[in-house]
Amino acid sequence: MNKPVALEMKKVSKYFGSLAANRDVDLTVYRGEILAILGENGCGKTTLMNMIAGIYYPDHGTISVDGQEVIIKSPKDAFDHGIGMIHQHFKLVDLFTAAENIVLGVQGEDRYNIKEVNRRVKEISEKYGFHIDPKKKIYEMSVSEKQTVEIIKVLYRGADILILDEPSAVLTPQETDRLFEVLRRMREDGKSILIITHKLHEVLSISDRVAVLRKGEHIATVETATTSAAELTEMMVGKKVELNIDRPEPKNVCDRLEIKGLNMTDADGIKVLDDITFTARAGEILGIAGIAGSGQRELLEAIAGLKELDSGTVTFNRPKKNLPVSFYHKTFDEVTALAAEGKFHYEDGTPVDFTGMSHSQIKELVNSEKVLFNEDDIINLRDKTPIQIRELGVRLSFVPEDRLGMGLVGNMDIVDNMMLRSYRKGPSLFVDRKKPKDLAQKIVHDLEVATPNTHTPVRRLSGGNVQKVLVGREIAASPTVLMAAYPVRGLDINSSYTIYRLLTEQKEKGVSVIFVGEDLDVLVELCDRIMVICAGRITGILDGKNATKEEIGLLMTKTYTNNDTSEQAKEGEADEN
Amino acid sequence: MKTNEKRVHEPLFHVVKRAQIPLWQSMSIRVGAILIAFLFSTLLASLLLGRSPIQFLTTFFGGAVGTPRKVWNLAKDAAKLLCISLAVTPAFRMKFWNIGAEGQTLIGALAAVAVVFYLGGKVSNGVLLLLMFIAAVIVGAIWGGIPAIFKAKWQTNETLFTLMMNYVAIGLVEYFLKIWVTSGSGSLGEMKFGHLPTIGHKYFLLVACVLVIAILLYIYLNYTKQGYEISVVGESENTARYVGINVGKVIIRTMIISGALCGIAGFLIVGALDHSITAETVGGLGFTAIMASWLAKFNPLTMIGSSLFIIFLQNGASEISDMFRIDSSFPNMVVGIVLFFLIGCEFFINYKLKFRESAKKGEKA
Amino acid sequence: MNTLFSYLFSAIPLGITLLYGCVGEILTEKVGHLNLGIPGIMCVGGAGGALAIKLLRDSGLPPFLIVVIAILVSFLCGALMGAIYSLLTVTLKANQNVTGLAMTTFGVGVMKFIMAKISTITAAPGYLYALDYFRFPFAHTTNALKYFGVMLYLGILIAIAATFVLNKTRVGLHLRAIGENPAAADAVGINVTAYKYLATCIGSGIAAMGGLFYIMDYGGSPESYKTIESLGWLAVALVIFAIWKPLVSILGSVLFGLLYLAGSYVPGLFGINISLAQSELLKLLPYVVTILVLIITSVSKKRENQPPAALGLPYFREER
Repeated sequence: MNKPVALEMKKVSKYFGSLAANRDVDLTVYRGEILAILGENGCGKTTLMNMIAGIYYPDHGTISVDGQEVIIKSPKDAFDHGIGMIHQHFKLVDLFTAAENIVLGVQGEDRYNIKEVNRRVKEISEKYGFHIDPKKKIYEMSVSEKQTVEIIKVLYRGADILILDEPSAVLTPQETDRLFEVLRRMREDGKSILIITHKLHEVLSISDRVAVLRKGEHIATVETATTSAAELTEMMVGKKVELNIDRPEPKNVCDRLEIKGLNMTDADGIKVLDDITFTARAGEILGIAGIAGSGQRELLEAIAGLKELDSGTVTFNRPKKNLPVSFYHKTFDEVTALAAEGKFHYEDGTPVDFTGMSHSQIKELVNSEKVLFNEDDIINLRDKTPIQIRELGVRLSFVPEDRLGMGLVGNMDIVDNMMLRSYRKGPSLFVDRKKPKDLAQKIVHDLEVATPNTHTPVRRLSGGNVQKVLVGREIAASPTVLMAAYPVRGLDINSSYTIYRLLTEQKEKGVSVIFVGEDLDVLVELCDRIMVICAGRITGILDGKNATKEEIGLLMTKTYTNNDTSEQAKEGEADEN
Repeated sequence: MKTNEKRVHEPLFHVVKRAQIPLWQSMSIRVGAILIAFLFSTLLASLLLGRSPIQFLTTFFGGAVGTPRKVWNLAKDAAKLLCISLAVTPAFRMKFWNIGAEGQTLIGALAAVAVVFYLGGKVSNGVLLLLMFIAAVIVGAIWGGIPAIFKAKWQTNETLFTLMMNYVAIGLVEYFLKIWVTSGSGSLGEMKFGHLPTIGHKYFLLVACVLVIAILLYIYLNYTKQGYEISVVGESENTARYVGINVGKVIIRTMIISGALCGIAGFLIVGALDHSITAETVGGLGFTAIMASWLAKFNPLTMIGSSLFIIFLQNGASEISDMFRIDSSFPNMVVGIVLFFLIGCEFFINYKLKFRESAKKGEKA
Repeated sequence: MNTLFSYLFSAIPLGITLLYGCVGEILTEKVGHLNLGIPGIMCVGGAGGALAIKLLRDSGLPPFLIVVIAILVSFLCGALMGAIYSLLTVTLKANQNVTGLAMTTFGVGVMKFIMAKISTITAAPGYLYALDYFRFPFAHTTNALKYFGVMLYLGILIAIAATFVLNKTRVGLHLRAIGENPAAADAVGINVTAYKYLATCIGSGIAAMGGLFYIMDYGGSPESYKTIESLGWLAVALVIFAIWKPLVSILGSVLFGLLYLAGSYVPGLFGINISLAQSELLKLLPYVVTILVLIITSVSKKRENQPPAALGLPYFREER
């Protein structure tokens, strides 16, 4: 390589607590090249880049720019060394225009003159082929425009080392193409570009070299021209690790939750769910694999009744158990109305006809428990609130990704957190803390939650114990469907195994378990089926027993399946390049 | 290498949030802050007034709790403050920044006075008191409920809204006073009807009522479903939605309760103490109450202590102003200074300073 | 016609008192801090300036200089209060509402104390008679301008300057960015803490001058803290009415002044008979109008008219 070295990292490490996010990473970036930083979720890509951009400060190791060792403590230092990072979450002031955001924080000698800024922004745009109106306000912009503003912001400060954190995650294919065009032009201009990504086809289509990271360590840096998707995948996911998670054969499997054609757009107008159709079955664990932010969270929240859908249906098939009719849940009028629809039958299956009976006769007959009753077999859950879902008798438990921000209340003790879902029960004005307390003690005991007592605020527990409390509560509701998003994220090995065991137990009880995970080793050992989604679309549903990590890895990064609309076909070509 | 090392200017320490702090430690930080504040005020006073610190302190304590009468005065003033502090607490637990207690209390008092003005002498005292109570509660609840409705529906900034409602309430009091009082004095004077009965000491009933409210509110907030919902909404709206709580409904309901409690405070002030009304009837207690509630970490029982403490400061300091003839300014200054220190010390309870290890490492190299 | 003029001439100075408080508060709110200490700060500023006049009036300094020094002292007193507020809310991350209210309690106390001290040592207790100095530059003219002292023009100038700084300078851009999205400002290397201190201290200083203006215009008595405190709260209201724009607040302040005094002038002006009670209702108008503005802006959701997005929220970088 005859190009000059722009940036060099030597033995850089960063620890969060005892966890190593990066360990002894060496990295070299040349002038006028595009370097892809490839790796799975949580492999330390973003942390590494954040150290170059001045968000984090490395615990060990050195960074040099143009051969000079430098200290980068803040984004400002980074700018001073000509380094600029475009984060995944844009840091823009909504109320400002593009130009105002771009010039923000620039300390110039000259007088502040927005017209001059507008002119310079136009100039940069024309040089690299951006399309942007400098006077447009950010809140009126599409995501791609916002990203453009972020990129120009960095260029405006004269950066010649640009870091882009998953730039295509929020873009349409056309927008991605346009962005790549711009990046190539920048490369020709002598700039160094680092792209964080886990999309293989992008790596292959744009980068000159690829640096692969796995579990915080730098595996290798290879020339893109001499590598292949398969080789990169192998480096990225590593050798298969034997975890020995017990996976009993599913029994009495039947369809429980049918999801058809779900579509959802988020507040920014991005399509987060794109025609999602699948079935979750009772008695098995359905794993959902995908890069973080591919729509997993939205999917689960939509099913749980927390997010609005654009279209699609969510239907729940009630376990086909014939239940004795009782007046416990239903008023007399409801019972007679249901009877008129022919919903009741005797044990032998003959329908019950209440006509001609007096109220007391009906009541006697019903209370004798001889009359059985099939409730609606198929229940529509679309657009129902969590309470409505519960009132329909659907026991849907949900372990959300954001444990302390959504699933639990950090400042409340374990007992109070136990009753979050159930405190409403009963007509009393007062909350009953007896049952939650028993439950809390049971969970603390059974799951070995390390806590001084059940009155400790959950905020003070360690991540694993917080998760045990949350999962324990959701399981205690004896669910028919159990959804868990990243339930082992940040947990130590033992806690993780406890969670796997709990999920498997639920599966054996006939619960339909949906498990959103990120560790592919776990997914292939724990799940009976694995659904892979990418950018809000299902790219494949695999059998857990035969699935390989490589196969999943490829599906996770493969935006388009066999669907043959023109734009996707075009993208497919790019894949092959 | 050497030149590079010189460029390392890591900050000496950085601030991190504390996970937890033992009670004794947090209490000693607070007590320490109070002591420093006291020392500071004492020095300030001796400097400004030219008296010895000892003289200052004896006057201070004498003024606050020197005689039984002064103790009762302390109890009365603290009860007034406590009642309003309790009223703002449900809203604060929900992180709804209701700074309209002044207006909600005043408008409640106005409603009570209006009942006495129009019905006094026409119905029996018992009925009159009941009507006063109902009127004060309803009007207080409306005053608190209006900003809540807008907050729930349109996210209208509640701090600014409730602040403005204070002045609307004060204006309405002035308006009705002009209607009711046609004589030149302009003040309503003590009304003959609608006095709460006296049991034992003349302030006993007031103090007892407020203590009962404190206990009831403690039970409401900690042991009822509604109180539980308030805590959940206050801690995390996301969690509230996750478990299906209707956040808007809880906001409105809680503010109605807050306003109604302010109304009760207004009723007690009229029925047990003032038997009259002016724009100054609440006299800033609505704002002081916010600080009392905050100091007590929104716990109704601890609030008994924080109210007593603030009134203790105020009464002690006002004895000093009487004694040394320095107008009535001193109480405000002392309360202000002590509060600054208490507010400031919370930082050391919630955060800790972490000193850099690498600063030392740099020296080695 | 005469009544109209005297109505205007009373309303405008009253409005400008508000204007000082309002512009100061706008600066503070633009960096995301709701400073409820403004009434207290105005009190301290008034008292500080009055004390300076009191101490200097017999010093033989030229009156013009005395006024300038008084204004500076008042500004510095306010800035000092602003520094205390910033120390507590920015550095020590205390609750803004509670801190602001404590500032008001403290400020009112300080003013009472100083004013009482001044009035006990002055020959004619109760009044400062600072007016002579304060109107100095126009003291020998006989037109309407004589009625208005320097500080009135200074107030308007400050409001215009604040508009210019906020909208046309780099500093203003940074300030607004911090109030809208401190994390974004931090990310581009703006020193959030320094700017918060800067805006809060200067804003408090400006607000404090409002207190001095009131004292010099109406004469200070130990009781003037009452009016200044209530004007302080009205200034906070004016910020909302002016939708955080200093230029709008100039008009708003005059309008509030007119409304505040409507009870005393409107009957004579229009020959309408309104009772004393009804004139009290007129005094309510500024607050009611403010509430309406608050409601309308929140319902309309027009982005430009919302309070600064980070208003009232503490910023702690590590909590990202």
